[in-house]
Amino acid sequence: MNDVAHTPLVEMRNIRVAFGGVHAVEDVSLDLYAGEVVGLVGGNGAGKSTLMRALSGARAPDSGEIDIDGRLASISNPRDAKAYGIETIYQTLALADNIDAAANLFLGRELTDRVGTLDDSAMESATRKVMTRLNPNFTAFKRPVKSLSGGQRQSVAIARAVHFNARILIMDEPTAALGPAETEQVRDLIRQLKQEGIGIFLVSHDIHDVFDLADRISVMYHGRIVGTVNKDDVTIDEVLGMIILGKPPTEVTQKELAELHG
Amino acid sequence: MAEAPGVRRDSVQQPASRTIRSLLASTEVDTRLLGMVGALAVIWIGFDLASGGLFLTPRNLWNLSVQSASIAIMATGMVLIIVSRNIDLSVGSLLGFLGYTMAMVQAVWIPTALGLGFNQPYTWILALLVGMAIGAAIGGLQGFIIAYGRVPSFIVTLGGFLVWRGLIFQYAQGQTIAPMDATYQLLGGGPTGALGDVGSWVIAALACAGIVYTIINSRRRRREYGFPVRPTWALVTVIGASCAAVIGAVWVSNNYLWPPALATQFALDRGITEPPGGLQIPVGIAYPVLLMIGVALVMTFMATRRRFGRYVFAIGGNPDAAELGGINVRRTITLTYVVMGILVAISAAVQTARLNAAVTNLGVQNELDVIAAAVIGGTSFSGGIGTIPGAVLGAVVMQSLRSGMVLLRVDSPTQDIVVGIVLVAAVGLDAVLRRRSAR
Repeated sequence: MNDVAHTPLVEMRNIRVAFGGVHAVEDVSLDLYAGEVVGLVGGNGAGKSTLMRALSGARAPDSGEIDIDGRLASISNPRDAKAYGIETIYQTLALADNIDAAANLFLGRELTDRVGTLDDSAMESATRKVMTRLNPNFTAFKRPVKSLSGGQRQSVAIARAVHFNARILIMDEPTAALGPAETEQVRDLIRQLKQEGIGIFLVSHDIHDVFDLADRISVMYHGRIVGTVNKDDVTIDEVLGMIILGKPPTEVTQKELAELHG
Repeated sequence: MAEAPGVRRDSVQQPASRTIRSLLASTEVDTRLLGMVGALAVIWIGFDLASGGLFLTPRNLWNLSVQSASIAIMATGMVLIIVSRNIDLSVGSLLGFLGYTMAMVQAVWIPTALGLGFNQPYTWILALLVGMAIGAAIGGLQGFIIAYGRVPSFIVTLGGFLVWRGLIFQYAQGQTIAPMDATYQLLGGGPTGALGDVGSWVIAALACAGIVYTIINSRRRRREYGFPVRPTWALVTVIGASCAAVIGAVWVSNNYLWPPALATQFALDRGITEPPGGLQIPVGIAYPVLLMIGVALVMTFMATRRRFGRYVFAIGGNPDAAELGGINVRRTITLTYVVMGILVAISAAVQTARLNAAVTNLGVQNELDVIAAAVIGGTSFSGGIGTIPGAVLGAVVMQSLRSGMVLLRVDSPTQDIVVGIVLVAAVGLDAVLRRRSAR
C-alpha cells in the first residue's frame, strides 16, 4: 500500500509504556498508511492493547514519539487523539450502560444549541442515520444500552467511532461479542472504510480475521514487535510461529516448527 | 428455560392489566415516579384516616411543604453526587456553619462591624450571597480533594462533617445568633413569608403555561425529525394531570388562612375594621417552597439538558468510558460538590430564617435525611441512576412520615425506628423491582 501515499498516516517511534516495573510496551515502532489495514496480533499480555491505548490517548506513553501526517503529534488524552481524527473501538466497548445509544455516541462531543443546551433530537436523528448503515435492525434508541444485546452494544461502539469521520481507526477485538452474521457485517464495514481511505489498526486474537482483512501484520511478543510482514508474503503458520515463539520466520528452526506442530 | 415462568405469568394475567400497562407506557411517564406518588398517596390517606382527618388539611399540608423544603433543596444536589458514585456526609455540619456565618453577616457584621445598621433592604441578599459563595468554596475544596487528590469522598466529607461542626462550636461559643433580618426571615416561610392568593395563582398560571409549552415544544421537535410521538390522548392526559396537580397544590395553599391573632394584628396595623368572623387572608405558597421548586427546576435542567448533567450520569454509569470519551471527570466531580455547597447555603438560609436564629446544633443529622431522601427517591448507590423530582418526592415522603407520626403522638425514638425501617424497605423493594424489570 506504500504507493498510495509516501508519508505514513501514523508513525509511532520507540514507544515505551511501563506499569510500575513492568514494561508492557518496550521500544515499539509501527506505522500505518491511508487506506491500509494493519493487523496487530500477539498472545495475551503481548502489549497490543497497551500500544493502541497510547495512540488513542487513554494512556500516554512514557517515552517515544507519534507522528500524524509526518508531523509530530502530542497525544496525552483521548480528546487530543480525537482532534487528530483517531477514533477507537475499545475491547471493553467503553459504553456508559445507564444512558441511551445517542448519549453514548456523542459522549464528550454532545450537540448543543446556541446556549449550550443539549439537542437530544438532533443527536437521536444522527444516531438513527448511522445505525441504519451499521445495523438496520437496531430500534432501541430510547433505552439505556445496558438492556441491549452484545451485538447491539458493539454496533453502538462502532457507530461512535465511524460517525465522527475518523481518519485513523483503532479496532480492538471489534468482533469479539458478535455472531457470524454480525461479524460479516463488521468485515464488510472494514473493507468499506478502507476503500474510503481510512487507516485501520485491527487488533485481534482471530488470526483468520486478520488474514482476511489486513494488508500488513505486526506481531507483538512480550511488549516488543517481533516483526511486521506483508500478508501476501507469509502463511498463517508462519504468523502463528511468530506469535508463539516470538521470532521472525527466518530465525525459526525446523526443530522449533516441528515442535509447534507436534 | 428461565423465561418460561415469566411468559406463563404474562399469559395468565388478565387482559385488563396488560392494557393498563401498555396505556401507561404510551404516556411515557416515569413509572417509578408514578409509583412513588402512589406510595405518598397511601401514606397521606393512611395518616388522615388514623388521625381522624387531621392530616389532609390545608394547614397540615402547607406545613408539610415548608418542612420538606430545606431537605428537598439539598437532596437535589445529593442526587448528582450519589449518581457519580460519591457521597457527601458533611452537608449537616456545613449547613450549620453556613447558617451561622449568614447569621453573623446580617446580625453582627453588616449592622455593627460595618456600621450600616439593621434591616437594610440589601441585608438579606448580601447574607445569602456570602453564604452561597462560602458554600461553593468549601464544596469546591472538598470536591477538589476528592477528585484531584483521589481521597475517597466518604473520608473527605466525614472529615468535613467533623471540621465544620467543630468550627461552629469554636466560634459560636455556645451562643445563639438572633434575631435575623426582617426580609431574610421571609425565606423561612410562615404566614407572612408566602405569596398570598393572587401571587400563588399567577405562579400556577405560569407553571401551567410552562408545562404546556415544554411538552408541546418537545413534541414539535420530535415531529420535525420524524420520530415517533406519543398519542394525543396521552399528551392531553399528561398535561391535564400535571396542571391539575399544580392547581390543586395552589388551591390547598390558598385555603390555609392566616391565624386569627395575626389577622387581627394586621387589621389593626392597617386600620381595617375586621368583619365578623375575622379577616380571611389566604397564605398561599410559602417562599421556601417556591425556592425549592425553583431549585428543583434548575437542577433538573442541569441534570438532563446540560453537558454537566450528562457527564455526571456517564461517570456514574462507567467512569472509564467517561474518561475515554474525553470528559474531564475530575472537574465534573469537583463541580458536583460546588453545586452541593451552594444548595446547602440556600437550605441554611431557609432553616435559620425559619428559626429566626442560628444555633450551634443547626443541621445536625441533616446529612442522613438528605441522603435518605435521595435514596428513597430512587437514587442508586451503585451509581448512574437517580432523578431530581424523585429526590424531592423522597424528601416529601420522609417528612410526611415524620409529621404524620407527630400528629398521631408517636414519640421521637419510635419515629426514628419507623423512618429507618421504611428507608431500608423502600430501597430493598426498589432493588427487587429493578432486578425483575432487568430480566
